[in-house]
Amino acid sequence: MSALISMKSNYTYSFIILIALLLLCFVANISLGSISIPFSEVVKGLFSSSDNATWEIIITKVRLPKAINAVMVGSGLGISGLLMQTLFRNPLAGPFVLGISSGASLGVAIVILGSGLFGGLFATLLISKWSIVIAASLGSFLVLLSVLAVSSKIRDTMAILIIGLMFGSITAAVVSVLSYFSSAEQLQQYIFWGFGSLGNLSWEELLIFFGIYALGITLSIASAKSLNALLLGDNYAKSLGLSLKTSRFVIIFATSLIAGTVTAFAGPIAFIGLAIPHLTRQIFKTSNHKILLPAVFLFGAIVMLICDSIAQVPASDYTLPINAITALVGAPVVIWLLVKQRKMMF
Amino acid sequence: MPKSNSNTILQVQQLSIGYKTKKVETVIASAINFELQQGHLIGLVGANGIGKSTLLRTLIGVQPTLSGTVELNQQLLETTSPVELAKQLSIVLTEPLISKNLSVFELVSLGRHPYTNWIGNLSDNDLSIINNALQLVNIMDLKNRRCYELSDGQLQKVMIARALAQDTAIIILDEPTTHLDMYHKAYILKLLQKLTKETGKTILFSSHEIDLAIQLCDTMIVMQQDHVVCEQPCNLIKNGVFETLFPKDLIAFDNNTGSFKVTQ
Repeated sequence: MSALISMKSNYTYSFIILIALLLLCFVANISLGSISIPFSEVVKGLFSSSDNATWEIIITKVRLPKAINAVMVGSGLGISGLLMQTLFRNPLAGPFVLGISSGASLGVAIVILGSGLFGGLFATLLISKWSIVIAASLGSFLVLLSVLAVSSKIRDTMAILIIGLMFGSITAAVVSVLSYFSSAEQLQQYIFWGFGSLGNLSWEELLIFFGIYALGITLSIASAKSLNALLLGDNYAKSLGLSLKTSRFVIIFATSLIAGTVTAFAGPIAFIGLAIPHLTRQIFKTSNHKILLPAVFLFGAIVMLICDSIAQVPASDYTLPINAITALVGAPVVIWLLVKQRKMMF
Repeated sequence: MPKSNSNTILQVQQLSIGYKTKKVETVIASAINFELQQGHLIGLVGANGIGKSTLLRTLIGVQPTLSGTVELNQQLLETTSPVELAKQLSIVLTEPLISKNLSVFELVSLGRHPYTNWIGNLSDNDLSIINNALQLVNIMDLKNRRCYELSDGQLQKVMIARALAQDTAIIILDEPTTHLDMYHKAYILKLLQKLTKETGKTILFSSHEIDLAIQLCDTMIVMQQDHVVCEQPCNLIKNGVFETLFPKDLIAFDNNTGSFKVTQ
């Protein structure tokens, strides 16, 4: 990442501020919650051991994994949103335009809502946490395979966008049919999954998440050069020696890996992927991906940490749905930026 | 037709251009033969819809040939790898940029794409080529401006600088003078002429500015309904090629001034 940042010296200050902000939000996120832990104790708990055994357990078992999860979810969704917006030349694109979240939703819907069809004992076996993660992964993976298969046959990038939307519609329709035949409890459970959740991940789960996430992020960074060439349009990019099919494949594959695992582990978190790239472009005023990628990474992580801190409602036992908070906090910020600058950066 | 000599950079033989779907082949122009020499400025003219853009798209490898051959530096176009082609041929198109949110320097530096490493870092050599391109086109002062702040004429110069930064033997421009006022039309074409003289590059452009092209080009390719001619402008005038370029009811070519006049 440092190699990317050192590209432009005039952005260095912005990046230093953002990294500092990220660290601050990270510690604050761990500090705040139903029981608040002082900053100094959080830092102590992270690097050595805290004097207070309860606090230490809360930090290492609950809050630290959740904060790390928030960083990965926020940065991952932001980056995959950026990749999709550039690939499809469409400011309305996000990580889920290819139908990845609908695929995951379908997988989860079949497990939760369809369990009634499989009956009794089998049903209770099915609805464990891992089965939901696996169902979501399988669902998004199958949609990904279909989109990739179709995209290798199609020359027009826009057609892939439409096909992704169509896959989304089909899966949404199947979910509706399943919901119609489901009981109230099953529906509630499905809706709760749809709220998204950053907590309850064990270190093992985080490690699996991180492995796939890291691969996706690496592919994204490796795509920075072709993403910049794509800013000129397909014909110019081609004239620069870029293989459109290969770079398109890598970009779609990276997005699917990131967005697919995020959805599997944290649920369909909608807003971040669309908004963070816009927020970053408005603030950094560039469309150069060597600047945008690290900036989107940092902004995504920061916004997700802030949203999560708000969602867990400090000093109370409530936890609000993270999916609602991201939009409640993020949308006004994006609107404000667009109105203030009167010009959309793309 | 002159026989091929050592300065030939692009050679087109018995070329048919057009569109091909699974069943139908739409031929737009056929039996096209010409050779372009190194360091020449070549203007491609013809009426609307005659196939100028299709010819250019075929030459830059965006569109497959229907039949015939295009040879770039004695190598067949279809056997040239994309990266190799990118080092020999650069383009300036009429299509708008997807993002005008890049600085002029960033945009011009994208021309170095075929030469840079996986992440696109610019070496000192790349930087000096970029700066040289900016200087040749005389836009050093625009270096840090954003592309959305530029006028059409300035943007066209930036796109030409980007093509120069790609450091290719040939630059192909599709109607570089559209959307420009009379002064800037002349300015851009004069600039292209200057570039061929100073850099030894071959520059091929399509244009509707026939009178300007006659004055500035070394060679002109004239596309007509049934045949394509490639000659020096003075020979083209002598042979009366321009007189048959358009229907005669509205405009007529004046051999003495080398321009079209509205018929009274």
